[in-house]
Amino acid sequence: MKQRLPLLITLIVGLTLIVQFFSPGLSFIQERFTNWFLVVIVFAFLLGFLSLVKVNITKIKRRSEDWGYSIPLLIALFTMAIIGIGWGIGEGTIFNWLFMNLMVPMSATMFSLLAFFVASAAYRAFRARNLEAAMLLIAATIVMLGRVPISSAGFLSYLKLDAIANWIMTYPNTVGQRAIMIGAALGVVATSLRIILGIERAYMGEE
Amino acid sequence: MSIDFIGVWIAALLTLFIFSFLYKDNPFYKFAEYLYVGISAGYFAAYYYHNVMVPNLFVPLQNHQFDYLIPLVLGITILFRLFPKYSWVSRYGFAYSVAMGAGINFIVYLQANAMQQINATILPLISLEGGFNLGQTISNIIIVIGVSAGLVYFYFSKPHKGFLGSTARLGIWFLMISFGASFGYTVMARISILIGRMQFLINDWIKPTIALISGS
Repeated sequence: MKQRLPLLITLIVGLTLIVQFFSPGLSFIQERFTNWFLVVIVFAFLLGFLSLVKVNITKIKRRSEDWGYSIPLLIALFTMAIIGIGWGIGEGTIFNWLFMNLMVPMSATMFSLLAFFVASAAYRAFRARNLEAAMLLIAATIVMLGRVPISSAGFLSYLKLDAIANWIMTYPNTVGQRAIMIGAALGVVATSLRIILGIERAYMGEE
Repeated sequence: MSIDFIGVWIAALLTLFIFSFLYKDNPFYKFAEYLYVGISAGYFAAYYYHNVMVPNLFVPLQNHQFDYLIPLVLGITILFRLFPKYSWVSRYGFAYSVAMGAGINFIVYLQANAMQQINATILPLISLEGGFNLGQTISNIIIVIGVSAGLVYFYFSKPHKGFLGSTARLGIWFLMISFGASFGYTVMARISILIGRMQFLINDWIKPTIALISGS
């Protein structure tokens, strides 16, 4: 019951999805399974949500390090959820105002912060210690220069850096990405088979 | 001061709080960081409620499609992970989710990422489209040899020696160029977002605030 039923669910659902792909008349099964899946995934999110609440409430109760920051976290979390669920999430709602003025700028700034960290990472990665590192350095430099207006200004315009950058992105970059994609795809297929056949059971947790 | 301008002020202050991390970790950054986590979790709770739970669970159940009780029960089992004594119950829900991922990925990755990519790599080594095309011929040769060499690099069942070793080394070169190009592309994307934030601070916050203070 504790072990076999989950494995049986995995086997039946996994095999059904594979079989239906080769039987177009059974595509309604995938449609229904996918709708169910979306609902189950929301419960997985709810598990994370409740876990976040539990962790932060425990932190406040125990006066752990940085417990004070858990208060704005919980206030923001419940405010956003209650307003969104209760009053809607469309244009012109308070939820949308909070989204536009808090979440969007914070999200964009968090990502833009990475611009500074990739610069320091670049310093370490771009030291041409060997041929491979030199190739990485040259490709990255050309792509970066080719994407800014300076590449078509003055003597740099004769180097046609934008055209070379486009060529690198279209051919050598595609080659590398494609090799990785094919290799990763074969890995995903093998892992999926292992999961469906019950060989890979890490998702079952400890027992 | 309009509600929109108050929003701009809040957004600008939060932007500065996050940028303050560039100096060092500090209370302003921590406040923004925790607030961001809370806002994001609350946002997705409301988003999933309206866009997933209502159309995919509540509406079907109201329409007497009682097979939708299955994902409801499976979903509830997942929540048992919160109670260590009964956490084994969550396996049912997770088993379904994992099986869906495995079943869909098996087909999607095999078809889109493996078969179609291999198909796109099988190119004529001499391009004769509209007469002999030297540029396309070189590009095709690069793609065929590069992808093959890249795949050889990922083949670890035999030691990379001799011909296999040389081919794998060629594969590494292509991978390094690809990583370099991806890195450069990512850097430019991040810089572009950074420029966007600076434009926001200058055009949407500082300039209107100065205009408001000066009364113009």
